[in-house]
This record gives sequence, structure tokens and C-alpha cells, in this order.
Amino acid sequence: MTLFAAMRNWIEERFNWADLTAPLREKAVPAHDLSYWYFLGGITLFLFGIQVCTGILLLLYYRPSATEAFESVQYIMTRVQFGWLVRSIHSWAANLMIFTAFCHMFSVLFLGAYRKPREMTWITGMLLLFLAMGFGFSGYLLPWNTLAFFATKVGTEITGQVPVIGHGLKVFLRGGEDVTGATLTRFFGFHVALLPGLTTLLLLTHIALVQYFGMSVPPAVEARWKALPSEARHIKFFPNFFLRELMAWYIALGVLGALAAILPWELGTKADPFAPAPAGIRPEWYFMFMFQTLKKIPAKVWFADGDVLGIMAFGVAGILWVLLPFFDPAGDKRGRKLVLGAGMFALSYIIAMTIYGYMAK
Amino acid sequence: MDTWLSNGFARSLTLGFMIACVCVGTAHAQAPSTCLDCHAALDPPLQVTQAQFSQDIHAQKGLTCASCHGGDPTKADMDAMSKAAGFRGKIQRNQIPELCGHCHSDGAFMRKYNPSLRTDQLAQYRTSVHGKRLLQGDTKVAVCIDCHGVHDLRPASDSRSKISPLNVAETCSRCHSDAKYMQGYGIPTDQYAKYKSSVHHEAMTVRGDLSAPTCSTCHGNHGATPPGVDSVRNVCANCHVFQAQMYDKSTHKPAFQSAGLPGCVVCHGNHDVSFPTDAKLGTGPEAVCMRCHKPGDTCDQARAKMLLDLTQLDNAFKSADRVLTAAESSGMEVSGARTEQDQARDSLTKARVTIHSFQTELVEQDIQEGLKITAKTQAEGQAALAERDRRRRGLGLSLGIILAVLLGLRLYIRQIENNSHNVETAELHR
Repeated sequence: MTLFAAMRNWIEERFNWADLTAPLREKAVPAHDLSYWYFLGGITLFLFGIQVCTGILLLLYYRPSATEAFESVQYIMTRVQFGWLVRSIHSWAANLMIFTAFCHMFSVLFLGAYRKPREMTWITGMLLLFLAMGFGFSGYLLPWNTLAFFATKVGTEITGQVPVIGHGLKVFLRGGEDVTGATLTRFFGFHVALLPGLTTLLLLTHIALVQYFGMSVPPAVEARWKALPSEARHIKFFPNFFLRELMAWYIALGVLGALAAILPWELGTKADPFAPAPAGIRPEWYFMFMFQTLKKIPAKVWFADGDVLGIMAFGVAGILWVLLPFFDPAGDKRGRKLVLGAGMFALSYIIAMTIYGYMAK
Repeated sequence: MDTWLSNGFARSLTLGFMIACVCVGTAHAQAPSTCLDCHAALDPPLQVTQAQFSQDIHAQKGLTCASCHGGDPTKADMDAMSKAAGFRGKIQRNQIPELCGHCHSDGAFMRKYNPSLRTDQLAQYRTSVHGKRLLQGDTKVAVCIDCHGVHDLRPASDSRSKISPLNVAETCSRCHSDAKYMQGYGIPTDQYAKYKSSVHHEAMTVRGDLSAPTCSTCHGNHGATPPGVDSVRNVCANCHVFQAQMYDKSTHKPAFQSAGLPGCVVCHGNHDVSFPTDAKLGTGPEAVCMRCHKPGDTCDQARAKMLLDLTQLDNAFKSADRVLTAAESSGMEVSGARTEQDQARDSLTKARVTIHSFQTELVEQDIQEGLKITAKTQAEGQAALAERDRRRRGLGLSLGIILAVLLGLRLYIRQIENNSHNVETAELHR
């Protein structure tokens, strides 16, 4: 008897193996020309898993204080066996995860997967994306290098512009009026405790919702299948779809390994709070479109402060974006057109402003 | 004697009158002034505009036209410039230092405006070549207003000021580079052109180092005079302290002194001091040693040894730098070696300073210290490059395994789908 069969028997004697594996056996995934987009959610989940594993390994050596953070990361990069690989993978996977999360969001939008009854799946997904960006913002400061220090200064300064609660929020984020060691400790707390806790809860909800509702079929394919039911195709989730997803994960792992080995994540120079801000302070790429917009808004727009207006506009746009499924309640042509138009506009705007941000001096 | 008496009497009277005017002017600092009403509309040199005068530090401190020129600025038209009102018109050039010095030499008075400002300018000026010649009746020499300006006089801390460190050389050059104006003084007029080609000018204007030397740093300002042969070393030593200490230990110092040669200037020049390179120790066009020494003599051998040592450390430093740069551009973390490399650069700089002692054993010590560091940084850089190559081999192996797994998965998927295609489709379409 093989070990696997012995283990299976052991479980079978105590639980009903067939009942346990029934959902897996019965679950099916629609098979059509656009099925490849289904992999994006799984790849994002895989990269999140990588983040958790590499993050735990980094925690073994990282020290969250202004006097030790930079040196501890430097130690990880130079002295710890495979420390360079773990840190580079953690940094690259963070960026790839946000990239795939954005791709996943737009694929869901353009394939109409947000429609009734999947509104809550969209909302939890959006909240997860915001949390991922929060992970990025808090994690960026942790190596305590010059660029991160000043980018955090600028980022938290922008938060301070939020009407009414801005100043309080800024002080809360910074742990005082300025970015100091207190900010680092606080961001570390957000990064390894608060955000992972919230993310785990939301992620489980999101996955449970995906399992409950199953994969959405794009409206055009759905219409075709309704007209010609014989054309409808599905594949088994396990092992057929699962193995394909596994292939996607392997490809992601290969890309990640190549990036980490060929372009190890730079450490830069240690932050000096008394040094003048270096030229070319930029946020992470996923904040660039907002940063560039705020830079380009005039100081005064009519009677209002330009920055405040910009932040308010992004706040309102963010809330509307989360509530996007409710603008297409019936799944009719009008609602779909509105959502698709908003999606096209947002995608073009984000790409254009990001490129502009990197090209602008 | 009569002439002297009458001149002396007239001078004393004028000075007393000017002092009285200054006091009256100061006392009425805030009184309304009509001077600019007319002078703003006149042609130069009588023109003084409100915009111009408002920039003047004296005007900002509350002094008026009458503080220097006398008269009654509260009166309109020519009454303001009547002799009865104490008006004395244009100040003669030879009276300017005394007029300025009346306030600027008065410590108690100046404390009210700027307690940190020196009050020995007039005394210094009297010791300068300018001051001495003025006393001899040469009114072409510089007086206060030639350097500081007049009516729009700004403090030295203002970068627009004629005496800001950035502008001092140009201010001096207005007379000293004018061959026609300087005719008869028997001094060259190419100092400014030479200075503009110097490393000092580059430090000042390109690197923005306001502490870099300009004319007044070596010649003095109010007491401006050329440094003599004996004082050149002291002038340079103000900044180049260690070089001077080494020079003091060297055999060159007594040799130069007995030959009446001006120390540092012999090898480095004065106004056109260029960036010193190791080639100065060589035998090429930039070489300086062979101007005095003979090929093959003891000193030439010492020169060759020091040059060889410097070149060896310089090459070792550059080689380690190249390896570390290659490692950095591959994303390797070598900041520790970089810091050590800075120490190697310090050793090289120290050796170049020690050259001024012209003692080969002292130079050798610095060189050996630097070589020890570069050997270590070179090894660290090469280890980083070897590590980079190991990582890339590891990546190649990992990618190979990943590709094999992908291929295996693809084949497995195809196999299970071929086996169960019909059954599954039938079941799912039920």
C-alpha cells in the first residue's frame, strides 16, 4: 500500500472521503475563448501567498526601528543565506501582485463579472486592492532608505490635505507631526498585523463568494450559449482547471525568480531626516497616476484649494468605483455601456498619467 | 608751508563740515526727502532712482542723501542744495574713505546697526597699496565706492553685491584688467583672465563653494596688497593646512627661502592655480620638478619613486572601483565595500598631501595603507560578481526545472482530457 493510499484510508475510516471531495469533483469552470482571464485572480492569490511566506522569513531578521531597520535589511541582503533572494522576491512579488490585481479588476469589469449576483464579490475585491495598496505604501518605508523616507513624507503630507480629518489622519499615520522612527514602527505594525488580519478576513470572504457563485460567463458568450445550448462547454475544476492554474503559477514563479536574480531590488542609501530631499521623489508606480494628477492641478481652482479638490475627487471616484455594479443593476445595454465607458476611461487615464508621471521631469 | 597749511586747514574744515552733515543726516533719518524727486529724472551720473536707492543698505537703515551730501532734503527745489543748508555736492574721491570711515570706524555707532561688523576698515585701508597711493595724491586708485558701489550699496551676503564672494574678482578686474587704466603701475593685467582658468574660480562658480579663494582671500580687502615672497606659504596655508605642514618638513622650504622663491607659487602658480595632477611629478609638459632638478639625481629618483607609488594606488583604486561599479549595476549590494573604498580614496588624497614633505618613506606609508584597503575592496567586488554569476546559474537551473514541470503538466492535462473528454462533456451537459 502506498503512503498516499494509507493516508487516504486513514481519513476514509474517520471521515467520508467521497463527501469531502465532492465539491471539488462537482465544481466546473466555463470553457470559452476568454477563459484565460480566470487565471488572474488565482495568480494574485499565489503572489499573496509568496508575500506571506517571504514576509515571515524577513521577519526573522528585520528590526523595525530608525536606527536598525536599514542595517537589518542590508544584513539580510549581504549576510543571510538566500536573504537577497527572499527580499527581492518579496519586493518584486508585491509589485507583481498589485499589477495582477489591477489586471484582474479590469478583466472582471470588461467581462461583466461584477453583475448581479456578484456585487459583493466585486466590493470585497476592490477592498482587497485598496488593502494591497496599503501594504505597498506601508512596506515601502520599512527599509528606511532615502527615497522611501521622502516618498512617505510626501504621501502622508497629501493625506493631511483631506478636509476635516486630514491633519488628524496625518498625525495618526506618522505617529507625530513628522515622519520619524515612530512612523516606521507604526507602518511596521500596519504592514505585519493590521493589514494581514483584514486581508485574511476579506480574502476568505472573496474566495467563498467566488466558490458560491461560480465563475461568471461573459455576457456575449452567455448570449451565444443561451441561443445555442449545445455550444456551452465546461471543464472540471479539479484536476483540469486546477492544473492549468498551476501552470500559470509556475510561469509567475519563473518570472519572479528571473526578476529577483537579474534585477535584485535595490536598497539605496539610509534615510537621513536632516538631509535635503533628493531630486525625483516619486511614489510607487501604482500611486503615480494620482500623484501626477495632484501635481498638475492648479494651486487654486475657483475658490477651492487645488490639492484638496483633487483628493476629494479621487475619494469620490474611489467610492463610485467600489459601487460600480450598482450602476448596471439590470445588466441591460445602457447600464453596461455606462460601466464599460467608465472602465475604458479609468484604464486610459491610469496608463496615460502613469507614463506622463515617469516621463515628466 | 603756506600751501600745506591752507590745504590742511581746508581739508579739516571740509571734514568737520562733512561729519556735521552726517550727524544731522542721521538725526533726521526718517525726515521726508525731496532729493530723489529731481535726481530720478536726471541723466547719469546724477541719476539716482527710488528703486535703486531703496536697495541701498544705508537707506534701509534709515540714512538719507543728506547723511553724506548734506543739504536739507525737506526743502523743495534748489533750496535743498543751498550752502546755507550745508549742501556740499559731490564728495571728492580723496575724501571718500574718511567720510565712510567716520561712521564705520566708530564702534559705538556701528554697534547700533551691526555689532558684528568690523570697524578697522579705514585703518586697514591706510596700510593698503590703494590707501597709500591715495594719500600720495593718486585718485585713480580704488576707494570705498569703487568696490562697494554707491547709492545701491548691498551687504556682502547679498549675491547681487559687488563684494559678494561670487563678484569680488569681477569687481577687482574692472580696474586691474583694464590695461589702459593700469598703465604706469607696472603690474600685469591678466590676473582675472588667469583666475578664471583656475581651480579656485571653478570651485567658486561651478561648485558654488563660496569659501573658495577669490582676490581678497589672498590679497586682503581693505588692506589689499600683494603677498610678499615670505608670506605666500602663510596665505595658502590658511586653507591648505596639511600641505603647509608637510612643506615645512621638507628640504624645499629652506632651499626656496635662500633662493628668494615664493614657496607654493613656484610649482602651482598663483592666479591660474590648476587642479594638481600626479603628472606634476612626471617628466611631461605638466612636470614641475624637472624645471630645477637634473635627470638621474637623488631628487629625480625620489620623484620617480613617489610617482610610481601614487600611480600604483591610483590604478588599484580605479580597478576596485570598476569591479564594484559592475557589481552595483548588476544589483549586488556592495555598500560596505564602497565605504571602505572611500577610505582608500582618503589614503590616496593623504599621500598626495604628503608629497609636499618630499620624503618617500612618508608617502610610502600612506600608499601601503591605501593598497591594503583596495586589495580588500577588489576582493569583495569580485566575490559579489562571482555571487551574481552563481545566482544566474541557479536561475537558469530553476527556469529549466520550471519549464520541465510546465511541459509535464501540459502533457498530463492533454492525456487526462483525451481520456475523459466524451464522458465529462456528456455529464456536464446533462
